[in-house]
Amino acid sequence: MKVPVNITINGRVYQREVEARLLLVHFIRDLGTVTGTKVGCDTSQCGACTVLLDGVSIKSCTTLALQADGCSVTTIEGLADGGNLHPLQESFWNKHGLQCGFCTPGMIIASHDLLRTNPSPSETEIRHGLEGNLCRCTGYQNIVRAVKEAAEMMTRK
Amino acid sequence: MSSRIFGSGIRRREDPRLITGAATYTDDITLPGMVHAAMLRSLHAHARIKNIDTREASTAPGVLAIYTGTDIDGELQPVPCAWLLPSADLKVASYPCIAKDIVRYTGDIVAVVVAENPYQAYDALELIQVDYEELPTVIDPEAAAKSDAPQVHKDIPGNQAFHWVVTGGDVDAAFKNAEVVIKERIIQQRLIPNAMETRAAVAQYEQATGELTLWNTTQNPHIARFICSAVTGIPEDRLRVIAPEVGGGFGSKIAVYPADFITIFCSKKLGQPVKWTETRSENYQATTHGRDHVQDVELAGTKDGKITGLRCTVYAGMGAYLSTAAPGIPTILHGLMLSGCYQIPAVKEDVYGIYTNGVPVEAYRGAGRPEATFMLERLLDLFANKIGMDPADIRQKNFIPKFEDGHDVITGLTYDSGDYPAGLTKLLSHAGYNELRTKQASGPKDNRYLGIGIASYVEICGLGPSQVAGAIGFQGGLWESAIVRVHPTGKVHVFIGASPHGQGEETTFAQIVASEIGVSPDDVKVFHGDTDATPMGWGTYGSRTTAVGGAALALAVRKIRDKAKILSAHLLEASVEDMEYADGKFFVKGSPDKVKTIQDVALMANVAWNMPEGMEAGLEESTFYDPPNFVFPYGSHLAVVEVDADTGQVELIKYVALDDCGPQINPTIVEGQVHGGVVQGIGQALWEEAIYDNNAQLVTGSMLDYALPRADGLPPIEVISTTTPSPHHPLGVKGVGEAGTIASTVTVYNAVMDALKPLKVRRIDMPFTPERVWRAIQEAKGN
Repeated sequence: MKVPVNITINGRVYQREVEARLLLVHFIRDLGTVTGTKVGCDTSQCGACTVLLDGVSIKSCTTLALQADGCSVTTIEGLADGGNLHPLQESFWNKHGLQCGFCTPGMIIASHDLLRTNPSPSETEIRHGLEGNLCRCTGYQNIVRAVKEAAEMMTRK
Repeated sequence: MSSRIFGSGIRRREDPRLITGAATYTDDITLPGMVHAAMLRSLHAHARIKNIDTREASTAPGVLAIYTGTDIDGELQPVPCAWLLPSADLKVASYPCIAKDIVRYTGDIVAVVVAENPYQAYDALELIQVDYEELPTVIDPEAAAKSDAPQVHKDIPGNQAFHWVVTGGDVDAAFKNAEVVIKERIIQQRLIPNAMETRAAVAQYEQATGELTLWNTTQNPHIARFICSAVTGIPEDRLRVIAPEVGGGFGSKIAVYPADFITIFCSKKLGQPVKWTETRSENYQATTHGRDHVQDVELAGTKDGKITGLRCTVYAGMGAYLSTAAPGIPTILHGLMLSGCYQIPAVKEDVYGIYTNGVPVEAYRGAGRPEATFMLERLLDLFANKIGMDPADIRQKNFIPKFEDGHDVITGLTYDSGDYPAGLTKLLSHAGYNELRTKQASGPKDNRYLGIGIASYVEICGLGPSQVAGAIGFQGGLWESAIVRVHPTGKVHVFIGASPHGQGEETTFAQIVASEIGVSPDDVKVFHGDTDATPMGWGTYGSRTTAVGGAALALAVRKIRDKAKILSAHLLEASVEDMEYADGKFFVKGSPDKVKTIQDVALMANVAWNMPEGMEAGLEESTFYDPPNFVFPYGSHLAVVEVDADTGQVELIKYVALDDCGPQINPTIVEGQVHGGVVQGIGQALWEEAIYDNNAQLVTGSMLDYALPRADGLPPIEVISTTTPSPHHPLGVKGVGEAGTIASTVTVYNAVMDALKPLKVRRIDMPFTPERVWRAIQEAKGN
């Protein structure tokens, strides 16, 4: 049985009929053009699938597409303002906050939510705030530096 | 430009696509008509398959095909092992792509379902009925080697895959005459690599032409093509392997796996593109693990702290089958590094490779070298404790003195260059070692004990001369290749055979080109990972891409510079001998106004209106570089921990890494490699362990159960360096991808044991969970 949903992704409305069990992450990825959001595990541990749902970060691998009906989703592709990178994208680049890049979309979105709730986090707060997102390459240190730099860039604005 | 760009921590050229979500990993690929495969994996670690009933599953919605072991007969050859260790009585068990009679680990594939979408494929898996007859299992490699142990392969007695020995000097005499003997048992627990991207494959077989394209998460697409051709029978010229964006590997994406071949098989049968993407739980069950050694080690020494001999026996768990490079890991990459940074006159090691009912073990970041470094550095601390010497002093006493152009060690290797004493001295001074010891001497506060750990390492990497590869049974070469193509406007394309997957060579290789011919790194695009578009190469592992591939590139771009010099001399009507080069400009000696830029020369070479007699048009060169020796990066690390004696909780409060990987092309990238490597090694010491139960069931089967390092719980890693060029590398560079992992596990281990010294705790098996530490403290107290 399929159910109609109406989900806005990065400002564009998608009306689809979906199986009730379809995960939001698969809904997004199966659209074919928005594959930046990743699946890294099956137990909601790694955070690679993190997106913003009406502005708040969620793990889209443990959210049904149905639950996002009528909502607005922002993925990594929707973060830049036209041709201008978001400060977090800029700072991850500046601070070498990524290596293989697979965790990066989720990590940047989770950082976005961290800075929304705490615009000037300490290093400890950043580390605590990102403990739901796993990275195997960087050892997290440059991610912490990147979030700190982005916080400074964003509070200066 | 040239002098500044080499050694500059510029931002990575690969990042824009990665930070915007534009990068394409294998699972991001969708092809017209693509269908989806899911693997049915054995629930039992050892069982006979009595019957497989696929009738119900085959009528499930969306199901297109189901194949079992009988369907691949004659179509898929067994999975090959590609490191055929000589003189080791190697016994390679046949590794079928789909088990037909017996499954040998939980995760062995028994059937594949292809369906319209992945949800349907997984639904259908549930409907396949397999009737198993359980067989006895064994998971501990030492237990598996005993005569009454369950047999993993009936034709391989004692489960012994190989017995390999390295020996040098008179080790028996060393122990007979020893003033001090230290013995230790070390367990190198099984680890799960956990690349953030699980494995995946998309196979597209064109029935009209017989051509196959395989997109695959691999560290070595050229090796993958070679092996896929052998297993599937598709000729190499019709087989294209593409490693698109690859989300980390750490050794787990060296092997070519049964599921890859099965995906190809399905596409060939159905005439449609087939995608298979591993789930994370499946990754834990079926993608290779690392380590799994049981080591009994002994050190002979003098009362004043000189090492006189080293002797050890290692049982290395191989898992149920020998993975692609597995036999070389606990032997060549481990045993030959036994003497580390030290002058040790006699060594002997026996390594028994043992089949068990676990997931096959492969290279895992460091691959053999962390296990070697750990045993030596642990023994040194125990030796120091025994004779009452400072751990730093005992290392200084035994170090090989500074050498710049080759030093032969007892295991037969020739290290390239090193200054181990200077590295340790710099580390201790930077970290404030004496002050830390003073602080420690003031005793515990609130029952929290301070511990300081150090370790020194030297690693073998930049694998390696191909002649040596052949001699040690590696079924391939170990050279690398590069093609440099300069376009009419002076923009450069570089094509390499290696296949980076996060290490940043699109940037560092652009820096190499920029520093040699004076273009901007922004004008250099590096292509890799496509067997149809790049020259042959052996892949990215063993910290070899820059050490070997970077050398190939440096030599190719120097050929470009040589040709450009001749052409510019011709254009300036000067003799070649009078030409000089600096910062992208060729000019006549003494006449700096008579100048041609690399861009001028590139344009003329490409239009070829006015070329010297006999010079070919174009500005393109290639090199196949086979190194004369390995490279041997080294360093010393220091960790400070506090152990809460009431709870057993270990807190890592300071970490300093000193690494010498020669001249650094991009120090920011080097630092990033060290950060990541160090944290991976810390993970082994403090948190990570793949646990199997008595039935060889993987207990830590998901990310909920396997404790990976997270952002909290880690101190900032301080990264410092010394610079000792390799004498035989065109750029002097060594490797740095694995250094952090090699050093950090034992550094943290030594720190924790140092903290527990006043409590008389002598050994604890990793990882240092609070429970283990607490129990060890209680046992030492006699509770």
